[in-house]
Amino acid sequence: MATKIRIPAPLRKLTKDQAVVEAGGTTIAEVLADLEKKYPGIRERICDETGQIRRFINIFLNGEDIRFKDGPKTQVSGDAEISIIPAIAGGLPARRVEGRPSPGK
Amino acid sequence: MKKIKALKCKECGQETLPVAKHVCEFCFGPLEVVYDYDAIRRELSREKIQSRPQNLWRYWELLPVESRDVISMNEGFTPFWKSRNLGKLLGLKTLYIKNDAVNPTLSFKDRVVTVALTRSRELGFDVVACASTGNLAGSVAAYGAVGGFKTFVFIPADLEMGKIVGAGVFDPIIVGIRGTYDEVNRLCAEVADVFKWAFVNVNIRPYYAEGSKTLGFEVAEQLGWRAPDHVVVPVASGSLLTKIYKGLWEFKHLGLIPEFHTRLSAAQAKGCAPVVTAIKEKSEIIKPVVPKTIAKSIAIGNPADGYYASQTVLKTGGAGEWAEDAEIVEGIRLLAKHEGVFTETAGGTTIAVLKKLVESGNIKPDEVVVATITGNGFKTQESVQDHISKPHVIPAKLKDFRELYDELVRSRKAEPVRA
Repeated sequence: MATKIRIPAPLRKLTKDQAVVEAGGTTIAEVLADLEKKYPGIRERICDETGQIRRFINIFLNGEDIRFKDGPKTQVSGDAEISIIPAIAGGLPARRVEGRPSPGK
Repeated sequence: MKKIKALKCKECGQETLPVAKHVCEFCFGPLEVVYDYDAIRRELSREKIQSRPQNLWRYWELLPVESRDVISMNEGFTPFWKSRNLGKLLGLKTLYIKNDAVNPTLSFKDRVVTVALTRSRELGFDVVACASTGNLAGSVAAYGAVGGFKTFVFIPADLEMGKIVGAGVFDPIIVGIRGTYDEVNRLCAEVADVFKWAFVNVNIRPYYAEGSKTLGFEVAEQLGWRAPDHVVVPVASGSLLTKIYKGLWEFKHLGLIPEFHTRLSAAQAKGCAPVVTAIKEKSEIIKPVVPKTIAKSIAIGNPADGYYASQTVLKTGGAGEWAEDAEIVEGIRLLAKHEGVFTETAGGTTIAVLKKLVESGNIKPDEVVVATITGNGFKTQESVQDHISKPHVIPAKLKDFRELYDELVRSRKAEPVRA
């Protein structure tokens, strides 16, 4: 089953300018692997060489940061919504960026 | 010769041009300035630094600007002294106080703002802005005025009056947001994307943050060209702590000080302690919190450099500790009564945590310890006004003073005298 994934502006070059795309899988890791198949090159922007989510990328599953769930192993149901959000880049609606670190004082 | 070689991602290492930009295009990590240390090593010496005026621009070679014509108000090179009384009280043989509360706008923020605005002008901006918990607003407003910029400062609307007046007097446009600093900050990230201004702590952040290194430079120079054993630093975004360490590292790298083993310890308020929590749990994840503390200047629930600050503390063998609001007020009073310095809540947090770290054995009695006091108590009077001495109001008559004095003697606040 396909899951909806919100793509941040800086990665949309890889998704042919689509803000929302679909990919399948039962975990975040599987969804990201499927995403890579459809949009080659996107995975390395989100994960490092060891497969870990990059430190300044936040992935929200139904509004919850997956770091506080099971990370890449977090289970994904078909009707879930995934948002990929750069932690310190600007320009995203506030309600989607609960996990964004503050540039600070 | 160009001093700044590039901006480099702290995470993936990818380099980019040194423009107004703070996020890596590839992996979204934070960008940091790259210097040509070999060239700087040939240029800079202790003697050269010592021959210059006593402000932070004596370290010009190590700051990310190209121009010698800097926007300065003689910030930095603030007082540094061996504790007269507080160290003894806490059981420390060698405690030093670094008093950054006496910078031009009464906080350490002048260190970062002088650098940020000089760089902003070099990059061609005529509007400067910031997201602030108060001290930065005052500093950007003052330096913005001096530098001839149009200035916007964004703050949480419920800040202490002293912080709002302390910014307003310089006539910036102040935008008060109904929300926490983290919300102000989130808005500023969006504004910075749309309005092409120099946001000192957003798109100018790689340059801005470097100004904090000078606190580390000064401590080393003022100690006689050596690093201390331990520095206690208040943590908000985590940038200051990270950059104090970087300052010491650069001095060593350039041969200006010998090898060092300084431990850095982080101080936060209990009501907003995401970095200290991560340190205590030895976790790589900084879990955001909603701040609830009187220490508004350090109330950042989702700190940008929290990860790097916690890693620096762990790497150097330091500790993280928090202070309750009552302990913060007591910290302010301790510093005032024993060192004659009236600091704000962040300084109170530093002193309270210093005390707790000595008590818990994390700081040893014979360590050379530095407490960094970053802000001035005159801006946050609300936080202590119910906990300090008040005037005894009487008519201008000797009889009334005698009565008052007798009362003070009865309550053991004064000694009996023959008069």
